[in-house]
Amino acid sequence: MAFKIIASQCTNCTACEAECPNLAISEKGGTFIIDPEKCTECIGHFDSPQCEAVCPVDDTCVIDQNFPRYQAAQ
Amino acid sequence: MDTPVQHDGAQVESSVDLEAIMQQAAEHKGCGTDGGNSKPSCGSSAGQGDMPTEIWEKVKNHPCYSEEAHHHYARMHVAVAPACNIQCNYCNRKYDCANESRPGVVSERLTPEQASKKVLAVASTIPQMTVLGIAGPGDPLANPAKTFKTFELISQTAPDIKLCLSTNGLTLPDHVDEIAKYNVDHVTITINMVDPEIGAKIYPWVFYKHQRYTGVEAAQILTDRQLQGLEMLTERGILCKVNSVMIPGVNDQHLVEVNRAVKSRGAFLHNIMPLISAPEHGTVFGLNGQRGPSAQELKALQDSCEGEMNMMRHCRQCRADAVGLLGEDRSAEFTTDKIMEMEVDYDLDTRKAYQAQVEEERVAKVAAKQEELKALAGEVSDIKVLAAVATKGSGLINEHFGHAKEFQVYELSTDGAKFVGHRRVDLYCQGGFGDEDSLSTVIRAINDCHAVFVSKIGGCPKSDLQAAGIDPVDRYAHEYIEKSAITWFKNYLERVRSGEIEHIERGDADIRQGALIEVA
Repeated sequence: MAFKIIASQCTNCTACEAECPNLAISEKGGTFIIDPEKCTECIGHFDSPQCEAVCPVDDTCVIDQNFPRYQAAQ
Repeated sequence: MDTPVQHDGAQVESSVDLEAIMQQAAEHKGCGTDGGNSKPSCGSSAGQGDMPTEIWEKVKNHPCYSEEAHHHYARMHVAVAPACNIQCNYCNRKYDCANESRPGVVSERLTPEQASKKVLAVASTIPQMTVLGIAGPGDPLANPAKTFKTFELISQTAPDIKLCLSTNGLTLPDHVDEIAKYNVDHVTITINMVDPEIGAKIYPWVFYKHQRYTGVEAAQILTDRQLQGLEMLTERGILCKVNSVMIPGVNDQHLVEVNRAVKSRGAFLHNIMPLISAPEHGTVFGLNGQRGPSAQELKALQDSCEGEMNMMRHCRQCRADAVGLLGEDRSAEFTTDKIMEMEVDYDLDTRKAYQAQVEEERVAKVAAKQEELKALAGEVSDIKVLAAVATKGSGLINEHFGHAKEFQVYELSTDGAKFVGHRRVDLYCQGGFGDEDSLSTVIRAINDCHAVFVSKIGGCPKSDLQAAGIDPVDRYAHEYIEKSAITWFKNYLERVRSGEIEHIERGDADIRQGALIEVA
């Protein structure tokens, strides 16, 4: 499972791109998107998801319900 | 200073220590302090005065640091730093209107390479462009790779351009060495509080070391890092200005304490700016009805801090991609599409020749002021009045009343004419007023002034101004502002003394907010 970015709320500020430990965030069509294959919800890296923590607009980097929650490798 | 400075008891008690610290900081920076007055003698005064040559050389052509230089020299900001690491209640990053003029707002984002090309294009077109700043639209030091790459490229191709940056200070201590490496000689830190309880009302959160902090904890981290960064810059001899946003009821009284804290750590200039909080900007303060200060409230706070330190009064609260002289914005001439097509010929000699001519103008202006100041010698009066001036620059009264987008405000006393601020009178971006209302808008903006100096004025506005108690003065058209203002003031005092007129205090005035739009 992964985070996603609500495109209509994204200010295109680039802050999340630099913070992502998985290099899962890139620019596409004027806003930023998260590659669900790469996103680990920052589990194993940080205490909180970095994109959500740095995003200037609340509720813009959110859990994508279309994917199962990420499971850290045992 | 002949004006008594009102401060709280705590400040008086600590004044001895502060003075020693200030002296130390000033000596370190090469600024003198004069006698019993703890005010450092460098900063935004009209001329060099007793400022050490080393500091004067650094600030004299910098429009954002020298009140007088901003009439002659231009600056530009390049928007290479979109990301931010804190949230401020007076900022909304989503808002972007081409007519919008305030910090944090840009129309397009540039790569360091595009920014470098843009700087060369602008410097070739506008020879008085002497300063390149990175101010956002986020925080330059939250985008360190882009910010320093831009500085590197520009220092290689246009070494005569001064580099500066404006930061919230959160990561400043981590980057001081790099700032020194690229010869960035001016840094501005926005410091709105030194008390985290107050900070919690201004900053909902900060993002620090991979974690979001909120409330008092967030503000504590921010203030610690800001003051540490300021001290580190001072130690390295990098000039540091402090910006503060005046938020009535939140930090207005507290800014006196902020002023003391930053002065003791070596900041050389303090710029207290009015909160911009129009509801249509969608900021937290805009939406919850937090008002900005009136002109009188702002001036009173600036005056009360001035006994301690030089205050900046000419800030135009520019956009993060502004181009041109302060108060004008030529950024639309230099969009990425246009600059990529431009043939850039960076001619250092032309720039030097232009700047030499400006220097001659400045010397003439200062001489005119000195001459007229002699006329006030021996005059003793407690009367102080404000006068508004319509000017296009060069220190002259050279703008038509009806064409002025802003008025400069001078305080006139037997000490001379002192620049104390400016008032915007352009129309709002959205909604707007009709032409029939624009005169009352102007009167509200300069309502605290006794006179308005213009190059020309129509009969109708003239009589309306007189009815409002403001003397419209057009007899000094195309003459020097300060010289003319002093002559007028001398005459005013004579008329009061002879009983021809009665001196009456003026009321308060509005600070206009919103977009700066071109007059067609």
